[in-house]
Amino acid sequence: MFSRKLFGAFAGVALAALSASGAMAQAKDKIKVGFIYVGPVGDHGWSYQHDQGRQAIVKALGDKVETTFVESVPEADSERAIEQLARTGHDLIFTTSFGFMEPTLKVARKYPNIKFEHATGFKRAPNVSTYAAKFHEGRYIIGQIAGKMTKSGVIGYVGAFPIPEVIAGINAFYLGAQSVNPDVKIKVVWANTWYDPAKEGDAAKALLDQGVDMLAQHTDSPAPIQAAEARGKFGFGQASDMERFAPKAQLTAIIDDWSDYYIARAKAVLDGTWKSEDTWGGLAEHMVVMSPYKNMPDDVKKMAEETEAAIRSGALNPFKCPIYGQDGKEIECKGNGALSDEQVLGMNFYVKGIEDKIPQ
Amino acid sequence: MTTFEAILLTIVTASTPLLIAALGELVTERSGVLNLGVEGMMAMGAACSFAAAVTFDSTLIGVMAGMMAGALMAALFALVVLGFAANQVGSGLALTIFGLGLSGLIGAPFVGARRDPVPPVDIPGLSDIPFIGRLFFEQDLFVYSSVALTILIALYLTRTRSGLTLRSIGENHTSANALGLPVLRVRFVAILFGGACAGLAGAYLALVYTRFWSPGMTAGRGWIALALVVFAAWRPGWLLIGAYIFGAATVLQLHAQAAQFGVPSQVLSAVPYLATILALLLLSLRHGRAVGAPGSLGAPFVPDR
Repeated sequence: MFSRKLFGAFAGVALAALSASGAMAQAKDKIKVGFIYVGPVGDHGWSYQHDQGRQAIVKALGDKVETTFVESVPEADSERAIEQLARTGHDLIFTTSFGFMEPTLKVARKYPNIKFEHATGFKRAPNVSTYAAKFHEGRYIIGQIAGKMTKSGVIGYVGAFPIPEVIAGINAFYLGAQSVNPDVKIKVVWANTWYDPAKEGDAAKALLDQGVDMLAQHTDSPAPIQAAEARGKFGFGQASDMERFAPKAQLTAIIDDWSDYYIARAKAVLDGTWKSEDTWGGLAEHMVVMSPYKNMPDDVKKMAEETEAAIRSGALNPFKCPIYGQDGKEIECKGNGALSDEQVLGMNFYVKGIEDKIPQ
Repeated sequence: MTTFEAILLTIVTASTPLLIAALGELVTERSGVLNLGVEGMMAMGAACSFAAAVTFDSTLIGVMAGMMAGALMAALFALVVLGFAANQVGSGLALTIFGLGLSGLIGAPFVGARRDPVPPVDIPGLSDIPFIGRLFFEQDLFVYSSVALTILIALYLTRTRSGLTLRSIGENHTSANALGLPVLRVRFVAILFGGACAGLAGAYLALVYTRFWSPGMTAGRGWIALALVVFAAWRPGWLLIGAYIFGAATVLQLHAQAAQFGVPSQVLSAVPYLATILALLLLSLRHGRAVGAPGSLGAPFVPDR
């Protein structure tokens, strides 16, 4: 008897849930938006910029939106954090690191009515969108600056993990450098962490000790550029403007600007027009912004500004064909005169001229 | 400066915070108390030292504040594990989580502030010796202190009456108590010392190593310090060696990458850990006998009622 009653109750709940899901596409008066950050908000870099985007949503949509965030979520243990947000009534959840991809999809399957947005990943679902920025456009510019300004002829790069996003960045940086300085050499050091200021600093020092005089970084703290400043060399800010940490060393910084995108996506959920899609914006879409060019001669600055304008207008693609792999063979050109988006997003090879090997 | 010298200098900077934090924990553990809160105390030391150094524009005040913060956190831990005889593992873990959180709160207004480097202290005459001069006699004060501290702690533990008391309390607190030794009082001081050292290590990270503060910047160094104490079999001398092996392996793997040796970086990143285990294992084997933990380590002590 009891179990039958219980069954009836369950059926009722299930029906209610079904009808609720039918209503999901409707416009809403107020939504809750959650964010998962891989580092602390105060990292001055990657997570900091995502939080700027969160604050932009609050500013733009006011009391129609309530936001929460969970910071310093380890990638290996992110499922719990994502599920926690899903359970606590969030309508839209941004997971902002590549390593959150599988956990996001797993939680998304369990909560089909909640919209998920995964940054820098490549797997989508009906309720999971992906978005990323074409940082490699910025990296091509800083590569040109580094290639032009290096005196030792060796430029350095502190990478986090050998994943496609970082490898594409290294290639774009090197292609930029090569375009103005064909003989330029690059040294890459993997820190194997996104965020460990002391270790990132040590990685930078190792490169500087070995004769590098231009330092690019794809880790999140200002430690590498600070190391460059301390040695009187030059570097480039990552993710946010790091000028205050290295006023003499920062030539420019590649800034991630998620504000417009985040506001648009939150609005879409409010209006009931949200769809699963893939967004990949660059300089033209204002997702990637270069901070003012400083500490460099006027001709280098002029070159950088021209390159930036050319990329923005679409006249220049950092991965324009032909592109050669390390073995000198030409990479098949699957895009329109350049590597296709898939080729860039899944990049797992170094271009010709880089003498290092990608750790496997 | 040659590349080799530069590498050695970086190794010293990488090893010093580990050594300082581990020395403090070593003394705490020799008194029989296991404090797993090193990471939290270190984070507090980093946050408070940076906050104080920026506010008063003084590295010295910053260092004092860092040590004080570490000691205060330790006092809280002491209250719980000595006063209430609570489980030390649980309390220590709680201290780490609490410290990481609280340091974020304290440091929040100072995110983005920066400090100028702490100038190295020359020892006149000695620093002019070619090669080793710069390496050994032109470091910052923290480095000198860490080495001096190692020697002092080694002497204290093995050559003084008070050190003997501390060790006997750590080996067997019931017997020590029966002999009339002040178990809780000695442990309280040892815990405070451990906290001050962790705070000092945090201050070093924030003021010398990175020169900025951000949440979570200790990045697991407190745990490495804890592990070093075990690997060093609770001996200060081995601790010094262990900390430097670890620091050296960390820095050298980065250089190996820059020099393009062609070994996968993931393997190289694991080298510091492997090297530390291996080296200390060899040391322990050569020593010829098993060296274990203090007998009463981790056991709560409740005085006779």
